[in-house]
Amino acid sequence: MSSLLRNQKVRNALLQVLYVGSIGALVLTGVVIARRNLAEQGITSGFDFLFKSTGWDVNFTLLPATANDPYWWFFLIGITNTLFLGTVGLILATIVGTIVGLARTSTNELAQLLGRTYVDIFRNIPLILQVFFWYALITHLPPPRAAHEAWGFLLTSRGLYVPFPNVGSVAMAMALLALVAAIALPLWLGSTSRLSQAIGQRRGIQFATAAAALACAAVILAIGRLPHAPFIDFPALQGLNLRGGLRIPPEFSALAIGIAIYGGSYIAEIVRGGFKSVGKGQMEAALSLGLSPWRVFTLVRLPLALRAMLPILANQYVWLMKATTMGIAVGFTDFFMIVALTINHSGQTLEVIGILMAGFLAINLSLAALFNRLNKAIALKGNQLRG
Amino acid sequence: MEIGAPPAPGKLEDLKRRFFATPLQALMSLISLAIMAFIAWKLLNWAVLSAVFTTSGGPEACQAAAGACWSVIAARWRIILFGLYPFEEQWRSALACVAVVVMTVLSCIPPFWTGRRIALVWGVGTTVFYVLMKGGVLGLPFVGEEAWGGLALTLFIFVTTCLIGFPLAICLALLRRSELPWISRTTGLIIDGVRSLPLISILFTFAIVLPFALPQWLQGDKLYRVILGSALFFSAYQAEIVRGGMQGVAKGQEEAAMALGMRYWQRIGRILLPQAMRNALPATINQFVISFKETSLVVIVGFFEILASGNAAYGTGEWRFAYVEVYTFIAFIYFVFVFSLSRYGAFLERRMSVSER
Repeated sequence: MSSLLRNQKVRNALLQVLYVGSIGALVLTGVVIARRNLAEQGITSGFDFLFKSTGWDVNFTLLPATANDPYWWFFLIGITNTLFLGTVGLILATIVGTIVGLARTSTNELAQLLGRTYVDIFRNIPLILQVFFWYALITHLPPPRAAHEAWGFLLTSRGLYVPFPNVGSVAMAMALLALVAAIALPLWLGSTSRLSQAIGQRRGIQFATAAAALACAAVILAIGRLPHAPFIDFPALQGLNLRGGLRIPPEFSALAIGIAIYGGSYIAEIVRGGFKSVGKGQMEAALSLGLSPWRVFTLVRLPLALRAMLPILANQYVWLMKATTMGIAVGFTDFFMIVALTINHSGQTLEVIGILMAGFLAINLSLAALFNRLNKAIALKGNQLRG
Repeated sequence: MEIGAPPAPGKLEDLKRRFFATPLQALMSLISLAIMAFIAWKLLNWAVLSAVFTTSGGPEACQAAAGACWSVIAARWRIILFGLYPFEEQWRSALACVAVVVMTVLSCIPPFWTGRRIALVWGVGTTVFYVLMKGGVLGLPFVGEEAWGGLALTLFIFVTTCLIGFPLAICLALLRRSELPWISRTTGLIIDGVRSLPLISILFTFAIVLPFALPQWLQGDKLYRVILGSALFFSAYQAEIVRGGMQGVAKGQEEAAMALGMRYWQRIGRILLPQAMRNALPATINQFVISFKETSLVVIVGFFEILASGNAAYGTGEWRFAYVEVYTFIAFIYFVFVFSLSRYGAFLERRMSVSER
């Protein structure tokens, strides 16, 4: 026996079995105890609860929901809410971050100072504090009867009311899809190698596809508009309440603003790092070839900076997507809030925690896969480091 | 013939060269200047010129004023900083916070950067903090954890998270680097699993769900479960940082140590880890900064840390309107801690990049 223990291979195998086994046993014991405790409370384990109706409501949803809907539908609502908030937040944060990052890399010292002040302030205050702040600010706005009004927008303590086209929801979704295509298709056409034209000479095709997609969106909107109603619905005071338009609830705007401002300060640093990594020689070479400053920026500086930025940016996006879980602090029904509510109401603790893990794993992995693809598509091909 | 240096540019010329060299530059300078002047004026007007500083007028005087109402801070600073801690004992809470600050400052000074000294500083600092807060010895009245709150609770969660999380991170990093495939794979799975989850979900699981899965005698106080959860989260991220630092240590170092006949723990403790920690220092400080900010999330699982006590300070009755001032005050406290830590990190990075040249 002792000679066996002295054998390195046997010892290694034993060590591994011990390590993996003890972790497995720990988890298993926990699950067994949890199931026994839950059974004592009269909660049967299993996923049957997913098909029962919830009995509670959500305050923000993109999909139709009533209290009679089953739990699985609520989880779907939660995931779409998380993805929607994440997408809006990420787009806003990217816009803010790009502007601030460009200010920080500009040659103007005042603009640099402005950018640095922004980053220093908003990076060093916790996101949840910022979300609380914006939420308090919005809910302390005047009530609907005394709303601030600007260009048809109404700012009230019940939310932000914006003018919105009177169009059916299916048509709206299709029109949005067409809009996305109008932006994405020309970008793709401008860089793909599947066309025979040289990359610089595709202006015509790009404009044509963009125009076609936009026309498509317009036609869909025109067909899908609700009859007997003005095309654009302006919010207005009727009696004690506001009617018409689209209401953006305070929970959503607080989170979106918080993510945009806090995330923007991080993205600004990534943008700055990306631009700093572009060699001065590259830009000087491009200038000496006779390119205009704008073309130097779009053809040389931006693509090179983007390549350096993308992997770090992907990490930041995954982090910001996870930050949407702060919705629970102000009562936005994102995926995590649905999970917490479900645990409170159904008691199906273990199953719901499993769903939570699976949900975030799926979100993280798909974001990572998307960015890997993107990264591969724009990464430098071959060896550029020729002497 | 000697060519003298060109005459130094005058003040005006210098200004012109730096900010108004081209029309575009001039435009950008003017826009930036306008934004800065606008914000500075608004801020000055709000925070100082039209602000109310004394509590004598009460909330009514504030509501009449156009600017900030700092009297809410003057009236409520004790709640914000100390939470529900017994009023007469609040000096202990303040002293405990000072102990944490001293401990942090000491661990930022290079002579303390050996494993033993840093462990000593943190051990002593945390003990002082704990004894001061909890009492029950040395003639200090006992104060249970449920009465802790405000800044002291925030600092306690942060310090204990690091204290548990840091050694755990080193263990996880070593296990992940293990040559035994199943050990490294299992550890990798744990690390990546924790990293893919949001911190809130981990805190929530440890606070609310874990009691179901633990036998009665192991459950402990909710505060310590939450600290364990946050330490696990910290260690999963820190483990990857330490592992990165280890990968930066040249392979020859370990081989040389092996050739000298050093045993595994000697190699790790004397050769690998010191160099790895040096490589990982900037990222480590960054991680500390992030986890300090993230302690604020425990407000969600129902703790009375500084954010919650701030909400309570303005949320009740007469000071309802003064939320901006309270949040500004809390933001300022966070800012002081986080900004000084991150500035220190930037300073270290610069210093290290100089010494490596």
